[in-house]
Amino acid sequence: MRHAFVALNAIVLREAQRFVRQRGRFVAALVRPLIWLLVFAAGFRAALGLSIAPPYQTYITYEVYILPGLCGMILLFNGMQSSLSLVYDREMGSMRLLLTAPLPRWWLLFCRLVASTAISILQVYTFLAVAAAFGIRMPLIGYLAVLPALAVAGIMLGALGLALSSLIKQLENFAGVMNFVIFPMFFLSTALYPLWKMAESSMVLRDICAVNPFTHAVEFIRFALYGQFNGPALGWTVLAGAIFFVLAVWGYDPARGLLRRKG
Amino acid sequence: MTGLTVRDLSYSYGPRRALDEVSFDVPKGRFAALLGPNGAGKSTLFSLLTRLFTARDGGIEIAGHDLARAPRAALARIGVVFQQPTLDLDLTVRRNLSYFAALHGLSGREAGSRIDAALERLGMAERAQERARDLNGGHRRRTEIARCLIHAPSVLLLDEPTVGLDAASRKAITDHVHDLSRDSGLTVLWATHLTDEIEDSDHLLILHHGRLLQEGLAGELRGSQGLRDHFLKQTAGPP
Repeated sequence: MRHAFVALNAIVLREAQRFVRQRGRFVAALVRPLIWLLVFAAGFRAALGLSIAPPYQTYITYEVYILPGLCGMILLFNGMQSSLSLVYDREMGSMRLLLTAPLPRWWLLFCRLVASTAISILQVYTFLAVAAAFGIRMPLIGYLAVLPALAVAGIMLGALGLALSSLIKQLENFAGVMNFVIFPMFFLSTALYPLWKMAESSMVLRDICAVNPFTHAVEFIRFALYGQFNGPALGWTVLAGAIFFVLAVWGYDPARGLLRRKG
Repeated sequence: MTGLTVRDLSYSYGPRRALDEVSFDVPKGRFAALLGPNGAGKSTLFSLLTRLFTARDGGIEIAGHDLARAPRAALARIGVVFQQPTLDLDLTVRRNLSYFAALHGLSGREAGSRIDAALERLGMAERAQERARDLNGGHRRRTEIARCLIHAPSVLLLDEPTVGLDAASRKAITDHVHDLSRDSGLTVLWATHLTDEIEDSDHLLILHHGRLLQEGLAGELRGSQGLRDHFLKQTAGPP
């Protein structure tokens, strides 16, 4: 038991040390949601009228609406990138080292997810701080309540990346993942528009958004940012995370020979 | 306690057979050289020995632990140097080693003293605070060898560890590992395609097209000819 936690601690610490040394990666990950917030949202502000729906109790501007979605976007991009880089990039060597450690493989994969999620959370908080500096502020309690929501959502999205990296051979580069996973997941969710707004244009699109796990992750974050708890959103996020993680563990089963194909 | 035992191990990549009923024993404390040309199946064998993937046919025993039945006990007894570099170039030598120590459950003072001892042994103690990126190829390899000693393994597996190194670094590393086997009683499996890394007293395994062609004392197998000529003669034939 002690061994398992010593390893978890070291895997998270290593990720943090690498993160500190790669400031470029940090800035790049921050620029993307900030452009959405400060450029895209400003442009759409006039075009989109949003009525009051929970957790909001008053009319809100579009910037305020998409803030939780952009937190989700950071988790989504980081989760995918870190899981996939594990297999395709220079990280192949460190993956070998990790998987030959005398611990259950599922635990090693879980440690890796916790580590990448911890880094994503740091980035989300930096993003929230910059957004606050531009006047887009949440209730104080929200900044604390969102922490567990970010952790659960981050692990779910990281597990999706891990499962994809092990199961789909065709996704040989990040551009493929962008087109076929990240963009559809992001646009077909409540990150940019609420479900009822989607329903106005197409019920099919609305239904797709409603089953998209990213929608539930974003809603869980959205409610948490106002100090509120969204039980169904948590349930769906945890369920999706558990399914993705089981798929990832199955994908990384040594008898399936994933590393044979990739390495 | 035994060193390393491989029994009837076979592995295929689709229709291509990479290993064909390979069996051998490396007695405890012996240096065994696994000699084979490129594509002989050495790296496949190493992936199976480290359980990166598993074979349906055959068995592997590491220091008395069956790798299929007790994978964690078996993995805890091996130290591995992969052919591909596995150091984190952004971290210092010491941090690379303490990360590995933690993967094996070692932390705090115990990990510290083991890391010191391993670095000292490989002559890397003064470089502990240098970033791995700033080391030359030979020193990076030494760091990886030091790292695989931290948890006091019984069996060392090294997959072509001298690839890309100059002659002096190659000799230094080959000598180091021979000494480790002699002085510490470590069982070593050293994969290579370079005959000058093998001593006459080494246990030699010649692998070609996934089959074990010869096994025995290197000096006895080569007879009066040089090992290089012997190896070329053995591996000249069709699959």
